[in-house]
Amino acid sequence: MSGHGSGGTNTGGSAVFRIWRGERGKGDFADYKTEFSGGMVVLDVIHKIQASQAGDLAVRWNCKAGKCGSCSAEINGMPKLMCMTRMNQIDVTKPVTVEPMQAFPHVRDLVTDVSWNYEVKKRIKKYKPEKPGADGQWRMQQDDVDRVQEFRKCIECYLCQDVCHVLRDHHHHDKFIGPRFLVYSAALEMHPLDTADRVPDLHAEQGVGFCNITKCCTKVCPESITITDNAIIPLKERVVDRYYDPVRKLFRVFTGG
Amino acid sequence: MAEYQVLEHDVLVIGAGGAGLRAAIEASANGVKVGLVTKSLLGKAHTVMAEGGVAAAMANVDDRDNWRVHFADTMRGGQYLNHPRMAELHAKEAPERVRELEAWGALFDRTKDGRILQRNFGGHRYARLAHVGDRTGLEMIRTLQDHGIHLGIDVHMEHTVVDLLKDGDRIAGAFAYDRERGRFKVFHAKAVVLATGGIGRAFQITSNSWEYTGDGHSLAYHAGASLKDMEFVQFHPTGMVWPPSVRGLLVTEGVRGEGGVLRNKEGRRFMFDDIPDNYKLQTADNEEEAWRYTIGDKNARRPPELLTRDHVARCIAREVREGRGSPHGGVFLDIAWIKEKLPNAAEHIKRKLPSMYHQFKQLADLDITQEPMEIGPTTHYMMGGVNVHPDSQMSDVPGLFAAGECAAGLHGANRLGGNSLSDLIVFGKRAGEFAAKFAKEHSTPALPKDRVDAVARIALEPFERQGTESAYDIQHELQERMQALVGIVRRQEEMEEAVAMIRRLESRAAKAVVHGNREYNPGWHTALDLRHLLTVSEAITIAGLDRKESRGAHFRDDFPNKDPEASKFNIVIVKGPDGAMQLKRVPVVPLTEEHKKIIEENQA
Ligand SMILES: Cc1cc2nc3c(=O)[nH]c(=O)nc-3n(C[C@H](O)[C@H](O)[C@H](O)COP(=O)(O)OP(=O)(O)OC[C@H]3O[C@@H](n4cnc5c(N)ncnc54)[C@H](O)[C@@H]3O)c2cc1C
Ligand code: SF4
Ligand code: SF4
Ligand code: FES
Repeated sequence: MSGHGSGGTNTGGSAVFRIWRGERGKGDFADYKTEFSGGMVVLDVIHKIQASQAGDLAVRWNCKAGKCGSCSAEINGMPKLMCMTRMNQIDVTKPVTVEPMQAFPHVRDLVTDVSWNYEVKKRIKKYKPEKPGADGQWRMQQDDVDRVQEFRKCIECYLCQDVCHVLRDHHHHDKFIGPRFLVYSAALEMHPLDTADRVPDLHAEQGVGFCNITKCCTKVCPESITITDNAIIPLKERVVDRYYDPVRKLFRVFTGG
Repeated sequence: MAEYQVLEHDVLVIGAGGAGLRAAIEASANGVKVGLVTKSLLGKAHTVMAEGGVAAAMANVDDRDNWRVHFADTMRGGQYLNHPRMAELHAKEAPERVRELEAWGALFDRTKDGRILQRNFGGHRYARLAHVGDRTGLEMIRTLQDHGIHLGIDVHMEHTVVDLLKDGDRIAGAFAYDRERGRFKVFHAKAVVLATGGIGRAFQITSNSWEYTGDGHSLAYHAGASLKDMEFVQFHPTGMVWPPSVRGLLVTEGVRGEGGVLRNKEGRRFMFDDIPDNYKLQTADNEEEAWRYTIGDKNARRPPELLTRDHVARCIAREVREGRGSPHGGVFLDIAWIKEKLPNAAEHIKRKLPSMYHQFKQLADLDITQEPMEIGPTTHYMMGGVNVHPDSQMSDVPGLFAAGECAAGLHGANRLGGNSLSDLIVFGKRAGEFAAKFAKEHSTPALPKDRVDAVARIALEPFERQGTESAYDIQHELQERMQALVGIVRRQEEMEEAVAMIRRLESRAAKAVVHGNREYNPGWHTALDLRHLLTVSEAITIAGLDRKESRGAHFRDDFPNKDPEASKFNIVIVKGPDGAMQLKRVPVVPLTEEHKKIIEENQA
């Protein structure tokens, strides 16, 4: 977050919004001067501009409550949910830039094509539970599901994907599934009842090894999921145990496991 | 002539919330080719916002619970205007549907012995709501989404249906545009399931997202299906009121389930002052008993804060009107006070209500573990919808089905919290199953080519018009006027004024101009949504005018009491031969002897 002269409590006034306008990567910033009140979020200001100055300004949103993960964008260069970024936390003495996410193909204005993420998810082995108890129900202790519930808070905003240098700068979309789907895999792998094995895929085509633990993903996650420490590192450990630990490797040779 | 692409499916599901996803999964499991269209991206539908839980009489927490009690609770909440057969199917099948979610990977909060935990909610006699903290809807939609993507369903994200197509009397498909490029698509199908959700965007203060423009209601109506119970719009008692930009955002009933209390500015727990007669026997009359209920004492009765939503919302409106409200025009909802009773109250609150904690912290700079919230009523849920067959969910139009919030019947005059998520999976499954059956038993309908061309032409008109009329302005005016004239307290003259207002806005909508091109153009999308918003607004208003009594969510200042005569009918709306709305009173579906017995045995 950029510094702000008024100690984070500006109660409103006028601001210049510098919004990326254009199609399929071509375009430029356009400035819109607008009034706002301190309680507003950035998405409110975008809507205000849309209703009064730029009727065709494209923006994706749904819940306006931080629950659906649709309104991801880069505000003053920081990946954020527009609906959860309050105006009173923003320095309005300078133009406020709002840009689309950079790690995905651009569609129009603030909207990007995130369909790659949906394709990636399909390739991850689905949940495969063990058999339920005699009464047809499963038993799980709360302590054992806490960790997985943390991962399942994910709202699929893809801000972590946006910020991860492996995707954003190196464009390894074909070799690396990104932090969101490492979290997804971790949720499945650590589910107390799941029986599928995802370690070979994580090791090979899903490229968990590309992650070099910079933790940028964790920093931007609006759901405060500890992506790197709780999800990615344990997955890396599983891969290491399976493929690089000589004792275990030997053990597997003998047991055929 | 405008270009379009034709896509073929056996069953087309419109909407990818809980109901649509569950329908698509079931239809697919029945071996037919399924298409699924949604206005937003997969996983973003309104269902994602549901917080408190899904109601199912699994009796994991209270072994006195069973489907009969759930049935009786649902009927009482709906003031007996519900379709009793739907209420029965719902109560019986919800537990199985919830367990099925677990089989597909959902992780609900657990009881001590490792089963699915259930919580208290308004109008439910026993702890009945399976939940995951306060993000149950996210868990449900993600589970269905992640299960569904492996079944070969054709998903068309960010596509909006603008009209349904028919071959004679039966359904033949739907006409849509893709939001990204604005290209037209014709979905040719033997059966269509509407699962489009609600109508909250017809009002100014709402907990609903932009998607809730009543599309399914309106599409069905214009295709010749009837709508039922349209006067019953649920105003949730607790929406945020401050700051203005978040006004309407939901504060889950779970806050009250966990011990949150309502107070006016004098500090009085005003809900004790007005407990309706039909709930007296099950409601605590003192604070001490109410707290014992919250911590699970089975002999204690429910706190009055957990009375039905219609009643709580009106009590809040009364406090505000009579000058006992909070500074920003609401009342206080206090969960912080439980620190007097629990050692680790702050941690407990954060654990049980994490999204609420963050919502207030981030959007209102308020720590709910320390201070009371300010809340007021917000437009939340539509009880009324497409009139469907209780078992198959088919509408009056052969091959057209509806499930979830856009269908009517289960909730009658008022929905109980938690009964929507269960509705979605029980009747979503049924709609999918019967739509697949219909598709298998029928040949492919002919595509009405002339109609397709006409719809395409109409859809493009806003680009060709000249002038200054803005779709955004019309939408804002409609929302503001509906809130003022057909909101939580209604009157004859005001609703008559609303009808005239809707007429005026209709003629303005016909002049709305759109700038730019067809690619991801929200101005154009807003212009096309206006037809739906105006249609549902009119239906709500004329039904509200016709019901000259107060019942459930429909409250009239000029007729403040229930009228026994009006308990005998539901209001049904159809499009007349002249194109105008026609309204009929139809007798409520009678209770069977068994139903009567269940209601009798659960009276106390
Ligand atoms: C904040 C909040 C909290 C809630 N909490 C609870 C709770 O705790 N328990 C409970 O039981 N209920 C709760 N509800 C109610 C419940 O969430 C909704 O009633 C329910 O999710 C509706 O589901 P649905 O499947 O009918 O529709 P939705 O989930 O809304 O899905 C509608 C779908 O239809 C699509 N669609 C709409 N129009 C078109 C069109 N023209 N063309 C193509 N696609 C279209 C949309 O894109 C979307 O995919 C809550 C509601 C809100 C707003
Ligand atoms: S920690 Fe790994 S996944 Fe996260 S941003 Fe860094 S490299 Fe990417
Ligand atoms: S893990 Fe966090 S940042 Fe990544 S998609 Fe999920 S919610 Fe967004
Ligand atoms: S609009 Fe849903 S997260 Fe911002």
